[in-house]
Amino acid sequence: MEVVGKSVIRKEAFDKVTGRARYTHDYQTSGMLSAKMVISPYGHAKIVSIDTSKARQVPGVRAIIAGKRYPLTGEAIRDRPPIAVDKVRYHGEPVALVVADTPGQAKTAADLIHVQYEPLPVVNSPTQAFRRDAPLVHERLGEYKKEEDSHPVPGTNIATHIKIRKGNMEKGWSESEVVVEASFSFAPSDHAAMETRCSTAEILPDGQIIIMTSSQAPFMAKRLIADYFGEDMGKIIVHTPFVGGAYGGKASVQLEVLAYIASKEVGGKPVKLLNTREEDILTSPCHIGLDATVKLGADRNGKLKAAEIQYLWDGGAYSDKAIDVTRSGAVDCTGPYKLENVWCDSYCMYTNHPYAAPFRGFSHSELSFAIERTMDILAGKLNMDPLELRHINAIQPGDTTPTRVLLNRSNIGDLRKCIEKLRELFNWNEGPVKEINERYVRVKGISCSWKTSTIDPDAPSGVILTFNRDGSINLMSGVIEIGTGTKTVLAQILAERLKMDVDKIHVRMEVDTQTTPEHWKTVASRGTYMGGRAVLEAAEDVIRQLTEIAACVLRAPIQDLEVGGSRVYLRDDPAIGLHFKDIGYGYQYPNGNAIGGQIIGKGNIVLRHLSHLDPETGAGKPGPEWTPAAYGVEIEFDRRDYTYRLVKACTVVDIGKVMNEKAALGQVMGAMSMGLAFAGRETFYFDELGRVLNPQLRTYRPLRYGENPEFLVGFVETPALDSAYGARGVGEHGLMGMPGALGNALSLAAGVSFHHLPLIPELVWKAKEAARNASI
Amino acid sequence: MSLHTFPLNVNGDKRMVTARFADTLLFVLRGRLGLTGAKPGCLNGDCGACSVNVDGWPMKSCLMLAVEAIGKEVTTIEGLKDTPIQKAFVENFAFQCGYCTPGFIMNCHALIKQHPDAGDDTIKEWLESNICRCTGYAEIEKAVKSVLEKK
Repeated sequence: MEVVGKSVIRKEAFDKVTGRARYTHDYQTSGMLSAKMVISPYGHAKIVSIDTSKARQVPGVRAIIAGKRYPLTGEAIRDRPPIAVDKVRYHGEPVALVVADTPGQAKTAADLIHVQYEPLPVVNSPTQAFRRDAPLVHERLGEYKKEEDSHPVPGTNIATHIKIRKGNMEKGWSESEVVVEASFSFAPSDHAAMETRCSTAEILPDGQIIIMTSSQAPFMAKRLIADYFGEDMGKIIVHTPFVGGAYGGKASVQLEVLAYIASKEVGGKPVKLLNTREEDILTSPCHIGLDATVKLGADRNGKLKAAEIQYLWDGGAYSDKAIDVTRSGAVDCTGPYKLENVWCDSYCMYTNHPYAAPFRGFSHSELSFAIERTMDILAGKLNMDPLELRHINAIQPGDTTPTRVLLNRSNIGDLRKCIEKLRELFNWNEGPVKEINERYVRVKGISCSWKTSTIDPDAPSGVILTFNRDGSINLMSGVIEIGTGTKTVLAQILAERLKMDVDKIHVRMEVDTQTTPEHWKTVASRGTYMGGRAVLEAAEDVIRQLTEIAACVLRAPIQDLEVGGSRVYLRDDPAIGLHFKDIGYGYQYPNGNAIGGQIIGKGNIVLRHLSHLDPETGAGKPGPEWTPAAYGVEIEFDRRDYTYRLVKACTVVDIGKVMNEKAALGQVMGAMSMGLAFAGRETFYFDELGRVLNPQLRTYRPLRYGENPEFLVGFVETPALDSAYGARGVGEHGLMGMPGALGNALSLAAGVSFHHLPLIPELVWKAKEAARNASI
Repeated sequence: MSLHTFPLNVNGDKRMVTARFADTLLFVLRGRLGLTGAKPGCLNGDCGACSVNVDGWPMKSCLMLAVEAIGKEVTTIEGLKDTPIQKAFVENFAFQCGYCTPGFIMNCHALIKQHPDAGDDTIKEWLESNICRCTGYAEIEKAVKSVLEKK
């Protein structure tokens, strides 16, 4: 391989280190109005009245929207009014929207809107939501429009229920000589992308709706706005420039709808809506919480025989993408282990919390914490090395997944190889505990995970290639540059296939839904997997066109021609050939005659054979391939004050093929960092009114420089046969095992079993105190 | 909310700006001078995405009023040309989404100027004021150390 695998400098590198890379909020035209939200201060309350009279007197105010009924929105169930009416269901929910000439005026007016609320009983956890006597978040659940594979239960807080029924549970339990059961929980948290979400909208006199948005899903924004409001889909043009971090949080469509409504209220004038950090944390969708119960059975040798699992996902006030997260959690519910007998109930619960967006890993980091902690508890009961327990149960070709997909050498990576590589890289054989002195001890924990991507079965990805007169190529793909470097990898794939210099490939970074072919959403680690296939198909298309023209000019059969080095040449006499600059725009003969024309290549793909899940058993094919990974975290635990320092974090992931080494390492290390922050410190603290007490970056603290551990990354390369050069998804995987590995390390270090996140010293102290008091 | 016109020295140029006394330097740089390299992330001093240099020291431009910068030399990311730290960020893949990058680079740039012999503790003390949500900081550490080592 000449280009694939190399650390090709990212195509947008110079834009990003010179401040020239522009994000949605960096685009500002004179005459653009500003919108400002008024948000709910309560988790659950009836809206008694909204007084906008003072706000309307503020100079520059163009519109105030409050109490108006718009069509209900939401991806899987239409349960969400864009602006709350009748009642609010979460802290931060938009209650009114002010449009004014400047941000300052909009804010002044928003602060003068007086909303009177009457508090309602709050549903503050999914477990509470699941109780029969729980207050209802949605009284009219049965009346909502919904997708066919959403299964809400009217009269309850259940937004959907996904069942996995595989094998024979009775048989599984009878074969189990050791059984462990444990419960786990953690509250919602946040993606905390450094760019807060921002959308602008303008409606032109001919009805064109021009939106710019900081999003992973501009094509979905287009589709949903058309759908929600009965607009012509072709008249909606959504632009997405660079996106300043997303991690799933920008896959939801929310501000786009509000900006559209705002523009409509002011006669189509351009309006910008930019989240403050507090709104970005509270109002826009968050990282899902979970209450889980896991019961595992194994024989005395540690072979897993049965798993019974209940996941109660904290979908928050509106179901939106949480329905899909709930399904995804069911699909891979057991973690990457061979299990013949599986019973899983995955429920999406309505609560009075901010509603959930996808979060990097899409249910897998969350469920892995529950599964991997239980695996360690099981290893303890079996008196077995926890890594060995995972090794003997590692899922392999020939096994079936919980949804009964038969695995083969292509659709599952090699977990055992990952485990073996981890053993070496993480130096597991030296043992998990190293005494430093009386006060400090260094302790290692491990975990495993796997993931497929439960995207829509008909999700497309497309690529267009156009030639420039100098023979260079423009690459247009609907993949969003959210930070993953995927667009550079797509250029590498093209360069590799055409055997040309990657510098002669120009990548368009901005996406607009009118001229860029659709890539469904830039989510689920599918950019390289799907975009790469589309690039290869487009490459074949341009090769066909180039060789047809060259065959004519060179008077040689197409079969005798090769493409390479930006030329088409004779295989047996490479000196005879034509440069792309002479045929990329067709060919002109000396007398002026021309043939061909600009070469435009296209490629597109939908994934093959994906299916919906059977509503009773869960059987079905949810995704194309599984990436497995093994993880380790080493901490230095302070026995005196229960603090700990992250020493090392290790991920070994079967990436299929390393496409761009430094970019891949960056994805894995960054994901680990995020996973450790999620596991070790990040959470929303709710009060009894369902209010989030820490919606700021000084009270909600991601990892900072120097708090990160030393990162160890290993790659295994088991090719996925039907992807470009064998690549599997890798954007999410570094994150998924961190909560489990950290939880296992800390449990061992403190001598207490931890079942909650985040793993903060206070939690350790409480657990130690509880254990001490119990012994007294 | 009256407007005032005053001079600012930005990236070596004297620029007249018209703004409110209450406007932050970040707001004026972005909204009045079109220098959108400095990013809003929290408007609260927590994240560092808006960092610029003022008289050679890093400053969170959301925490400084524009009028406070009168008579001072303001350097934004747009004012850096081919500096070693920018190159090091490119070569070490020390950015992903790029949103925090201008702030990080301005912080690193000032660090290198003020403490060319900075050790781990000094680097940490300086750089922990900025948040990068994409990387795990390993690449940023490599980038800044690669420049410091050359000095």
